[in-house]
Order: sequence, then structure tokens, then C-alpha cells
Amino acid sequence: MPLRKNLFAIALVLPMLAGGAAIADGAGDPTAVKSTDGEYFDKDGNPTYKIQADGTVDWYTYSGYRRYHSECHVCHGPDGEGSTYAPALKNSLKQLSYSDFLGIVAGGRKAVNTAQESVMPAFGTNPNVMCYINDIYVYLRARANEAVGRVRPEKREPKPEEYTKAEDACLGEKR
Amino acid sequence: MRKFLTGTMLSTAAVIAAGSAYANDELIKLSQDAKQWVMPTGNYANTRHSALKQITTDNVGKLQAAWTFSTGVLRGHEGAPLVIGDMMYLHGPFPNPVYALNLKDENKIVWKYEPKQDPNVIPVMCCDTVNRGLSYADGKIFLSQADTTLVALDAKTGNVVWSVKNGDPGKGETSTGAPMVMKDKVLVGISGGEFGVRGSVTAYNMKTGQRVWRGYSMGPDSDTLIDPAKTTNLGKPVGPNSGTNTWQGEQWKIGGGTTWGWYSYDPDLNLMYYGSGNPSTWNPKQRPGDNRWSMTIFARDVDTGQARWVYQMTPHDEWDYDGINEMILADQQIGGQTRKTLVHFDRNGLGYTLDRTNGELLVADKYDPKVNWTTGVDMNKSSANYGRPAVVPQYSTEHNGEDVNSKNICPAALGSKDEQPAAFSPDTGLFYVPTNHVCMDYEPFRVRYTAGQPYVGATLSMYPPQGETNMGNFIAWDAKTGKIAWSNKEQFSVWSGALSTAGGVVFYGTLEGYLKAVDAKTGKELYKFKTPSGIIGNVMTYEQGGKQYIAVLSGVGGWAGIGLAAGLTDPTAGLGAVGGYAGLRNYTSLGGQLTVFVLPN
Repeated sequence: MPLRKNLFAIALVLPMLAGGAAIADGAGDPTAVKSTDGEYFDKDGNPTYKIQADGTVDWYTYSGYRRYHSECHVCHGPDGEGSTYAPALKNSLKQLSYSDFLGIVAGGRKAVNTAQESVMPAFGTNPNVMCYINDIYVYLRARANEAVGRVRPEKREPKPEEYTKAEDACLGEKR
Repeated sequence: MRKFLTGTMLSTAAVIAAGSAYANDELIKLSQDAKQWVMPTGNYANTRHSALKQITTDNVGKLQAAWTFSTGVLRGHEGAPLVIGDMMYLHGPFPNPVYALNLKDENKIVWKYEPKQDPNVIPVMCCDTVNRGLSYADGKIFLSQADTTLVALDAKTGNVVWSVKNGDPGKGETSTGAPMVMKDKVLVGISGGEFGVRGSVTAYNMKTGQRVWRGYSMGPDSDTLIDPAKTTNLGKPVGPNSGTNTWQGEQWKIGGGTTWGWYSYDPDLNLMYYGSGNPSTWNPKQRPGDNRWSMTIFARDVDTGQARWVYQMTPHDEWDYDGINEMILADQQIGGQTRKTLVHFDRNGLGYTLDRTNGELLVADKYDPKVNWTTGVDMNKSSANYGRPAVVPQYSTEHNGEDVNSKNICPAALGSKDEQPAAFSPDTGLFYVPTNHVCMDYEPFRVRYTAGQPYVGATLSMYPPQGETNMGNFIAWDAKTGKIAWSNKEQFSVWSGALSTAGGVVFYGTLEGYLKAVDAKTGKELYKFKTPSGIIGNVMTYEQGGKQYIAVLSGVGGWAGIGLAAGLTDPTAGLGAVGGYAGLRNYTSLGGQLTVFVLPN
């Protein structure tokens, strides 16, 4: 996705030009501009978070918090903060685009050097990850932009009806 | 004060009783020589007590670093090296290098072995690529690699004598534990409780690598090697199909109960002891029933693998209180008579004392006063709930259900203590226990099983008990009465195995990287030294050229490196609270190094 890559380069440069303290986001401006069935999207159509003034988070961000702390945190540490051997994803998402993120989660990644071998597994066949990939993405995107803190979001929007249907279909079993 | 049989007396009695035809005489004899450290647990009883006493409470303050050695690997370093004669054998995490060092010749590398392993095993190791060490017997060094290959190396040359595959990393089966040699067998376990692996212990012939027996934690009696009429649970035969009849459907096939802890052995009784891990998944709603025999203390006949007795500590686990911690064998005076006891500090926060001949429950008490998920174990032998912990509904994730966040459960999933082994001093009669002082919120939810993929089913967050800031304690425990004798606060969980010595000094490491020495009687800190990285290894001792050495591996990582790297947060502090408690990354960084200490000339 060269287009996204260009966007990412521009996004990195712009804050410097502006001299401001804007936070980098590998997918560009995270502001939610539209919503479908409780899921929010930015101007480029990438999934994003929506945090209301009173701290209420959208369902996907909340769900992403839960799924992250089940599937990802055993390597990447609590709250996207990283561990002794796996990177802090709240920082990674300052550079990765949405499609980069999807590609790495589904296909895995290896980083081998003289000191250590880091291997991220391919989660492409894991429904506990892939059925919730947008949830995890928007949670980490919110962490990268410091829109949510290190603790469990206290208030959240209700679970959308459409979400439950899609979840059941994706997991392939009835609750 | 000498109310207790010393470790030496125990071993001597064992040698006499066991007879030369079956026992591994070489290993028993070697383990009686305090100058060497011949098995990962120090001795079969797992006391981690050494009779060496050159280093004492009076002079330990003068201890100095004598020499250091880098493993060349930068991940979590658990376990401790072996010392056989003049040679030291040192292991590392993935890719699992093994070094043979000549202690008599400038610690020169005599040989190095590094297996070729598929790096795809790395991400199926739940909590870092740790390895807990090597075993020695019959002129061979035994290594259980991350990819479950058990390999026998010629101790003189490092050449492979035989190798055998114990499991399938493609299904999430990996190896982190140290193999143990008992008689003519090498015993190995399996890791992967978070990948739906069904745990087992397997015995291989020491000379050939041929499989002799395998006992699963759950499944049909033919798999668990349980005899329905002879295997007992709290004194009663378990009856048929005990490994399947507390499971719904075929969940037992992916039932967990892995076996990655330390193994102990009583040559006199010919029994080996270990604990099985958490049932899988972490979502209790997906596996109704007691889930036997996960979370269980097993006593197995070493020759046949047959289970003599079992005791399930945490029926139907709801918190990931993985029961794999070591079983320490010590003979103690209880109720006016000497009992052959087994002492176990479980993840669930209870310190258990059992009669190791028959599995009778003698003591079960909290070794961290903050433990709140249970009000205690029913000790009434005539009660229907005899031996069961009473669960507090408020902290029951089963009771509260899926998609509900149960708060302030103590201990956290990493337990009041994890694999980091405790030590027992026959001189003081006390157990020295490295502990975690951490609580958690735990929310279970539904997950689907895919072979080789994580199968967790709960989300959790961890923090110190309310109103406290120390995440660990190093305690002395009286297992006869179930009481804490003394307790030292530690800023971080203590994730290092303890060493007790006849010099009256107890050693342990901290996650910041300190090696600490304390007075065995009082807990008073006598010495500390900051090593290059956080310590999750076990302290050991040996003698060479008339001098006593203390050695420990540094190399932060393991589960502690995951949870504590960034520091824990206080959930009550509300949105935006960052780094409410100290982060380990402010104190230490990755490493992989052995530091060896000695008194100055």
C-alpha cells in the first residue's frame, strides 16, 4: 500500500513542521468521522476509536482492551507497554498503518539479530484474534494517541446488536 | 533446636534403604558431596540446602564478585548451573546453548553445544523462552530444548549420544523445565497450558533414550496411569475414569495440567513428586466440573509411572493458579512424631504440608496474609468437602461469570509464588520462600480452540494489594504450624530461587538484579550486590580449590519481565494513571550472565 506509506511519511513530517506536540499515528488522523453499527472510522475509512468527553469509550475500544489482554499481552506486556523482549505496541502504532498492522498480525514477523531472535507468530487462523482484529487495532490506536490510559476503560458504549451477530458468525459457534 | 532430621541424614537413610540394584548410586553419592551441585534442585529432596559453611553470617558481608560469564543470550535466564567435579555445566534460554567450563583451568570453555531449532517455537512459549537447566548422570548431560527435544550429551565432549522428541511445538507443546534423572530414567515434562496442551510426565531410558512410560494429567486411566482401586486421593481410592469424569465432553483432550515445574524424589519410597498446572482455558465457564487432575500434587512410582496418590489443590480453577511449584521433601516433627512430609507453596497462596507416603493433608495455610479468594481448606476428615478450599463468591470468576470483571482477587494469576523454588534449612527447620505480593482483576470470556494458537480466555490486570506498594516478600515459613516466621518486603516480586547454607546464610536474587544474603534465623540483610540484569535464576553454591563459591544467573525476563517491565498501575487511580508503581525498566535491562562470588583471601 504505497499510498498509505506516503501518508505515513507525511504524518511524521507534519508535526515537526508545525512545531507542535501532535502525536504520530501510522494511519493518519485518528478523528472519527463516521460510524456504522457502533464501529467508528476515520476520514480514510480506517477503523478508529471514539472517546466521549466523560471518558465513555466505544464498544470496539473496550472489546479491544479485553482481547489485547488475553491474546497479546503475554508477549507485548500490559496496556501495550511492551515487555522485556517484545515491543510496546502503543509505540509501534505510531508508525504502522492499518494494513501494516493487519499484515503483521495475520502473517507474523521475524527479527533475528546477534543478540536475540524475536518471532511474532502468524495469527491468521486464530479466530480469537482475527474475529477481533479491528477491536484490538482501535484499542492500540487509542493507546498510541494517548486517548485511553493504562487502566481498563471504566465506561463504555453498549455492545451493538450487529456486533454480537458478526461475532457469532465469525467464531462459528452459538453462545 | 535439632528437632529435624538433616538433609544429610535423610539422604544417607535413603541410600541404605534403596539398595544398589535400582537406585542411581552415582547420583545419590555425588549429591552428598556439598562441593558439587549435581542436579538442578541441588538434591532429590529439593531442599536447595548446602552443607558448605565457609561463608557465614559473620563474613558474608565481605563477599566479592570472583568471576563472570556471559551466555550470549538476552532473554529470561532461569535455573542454575551444575557443578560436577571440576566442571561447570551452564545452560541458556532459546536457542539453548550449553557450556562446559573447566573451573580448575581459568573457567575455560571446554565445549559448547548449541542445537539447531526452528525459531517458530519462540512465539508458542507463553511467557518468554526460558529454560530451567540441565541434569547429569552416567557421564551425560541432559538438555530439554525449547522444541521438546530431549538430548543426551557426552559430558566430556558435548557430542550428542542420543536425542528424542517429547512433544509437538506445532500444537503449542514446548519445554521449559529441567529434566531430572531418577534411577536409570530421565524424566521430562511439557509446557503449553495456554495453548490447550494436555500435560504429561515422560520417563526415558537414561542410556538409550527409549521411552519407558508417560503419565498424563487427565484422560482415561490408561493415559493417567491411575489405578482406580489403588491410587488414592486423601486416603480413598479414586475410582474409575477419574481423569475424565469431572470434565464435560472432550474438553480434557485440550485440558492443560502441564508439568513444567521441578521434580523431587524419595528413593526410599521410590516415588517422584510434582504438580500439574492450570486447566485450559482460563475461562472456567467453558469447562464445568473439577477438571481432575489439573492443579494436582502427583506421587508416581518411578519405575512404572503409576500414580500412588493424588491431591487436587484447586478444583475447577478460576484464576490460573497453576499448581506446578516444587515439592520439598523434609522429615519434620508434627504432633509429637516424625513425619515424612512434603511441603509445597502453591500459586493459590496456600502453603501445604502433606505426608508424602500417603498424601494425607496435614497443614494448608495462607503464606501471604492478603490471600482472599478462599477462607481456607476444609481439614475435617469426615466432611464431604474434606481437602477442598472454600471459595469466596465475590472473588469467584465462575460465580461472577463470563464478561464480568472480578476485582481485587489476591493473589494474581502469577500466584503468591511462581516456579522460583524455595529452600529448606534442616538447621533452622524453616522454609525460605520467594513470593509475589500482587492482586488482580480477572475477566473470563469465551474462546475457541485452534491447535498451536493461544487458548487463554480471560483478561487480567495486576497490582499490589490495596494500600501497599511492595510487590514481593521474601519469607521464612514454619511448615509444621503454617506460620510465617519472618518476612522481608521487596519492591518487586521475588522471582529467584533461594539457597540455604550451613553457614546460616540464605541467598536469593531480586528483579532489580541484586544478589542478597540474609540471616537464616532473623531475615536480617547481610549483603547485596547489583548484578548486570534482573535475577530470575536460582542461587547455587559449590566448592573449588578449598573455597566456597556462590553463583547466580542474571537475565531479566519470564513472566515477571512481561508484567513488571512497564510497572503496574493502580486501577483505583482512574483514567490516565501511568506508572503508579515502580517499573522494572527503570532498574535493569536485558542480560544473560553468570556472576560468581567468593570471600576475599
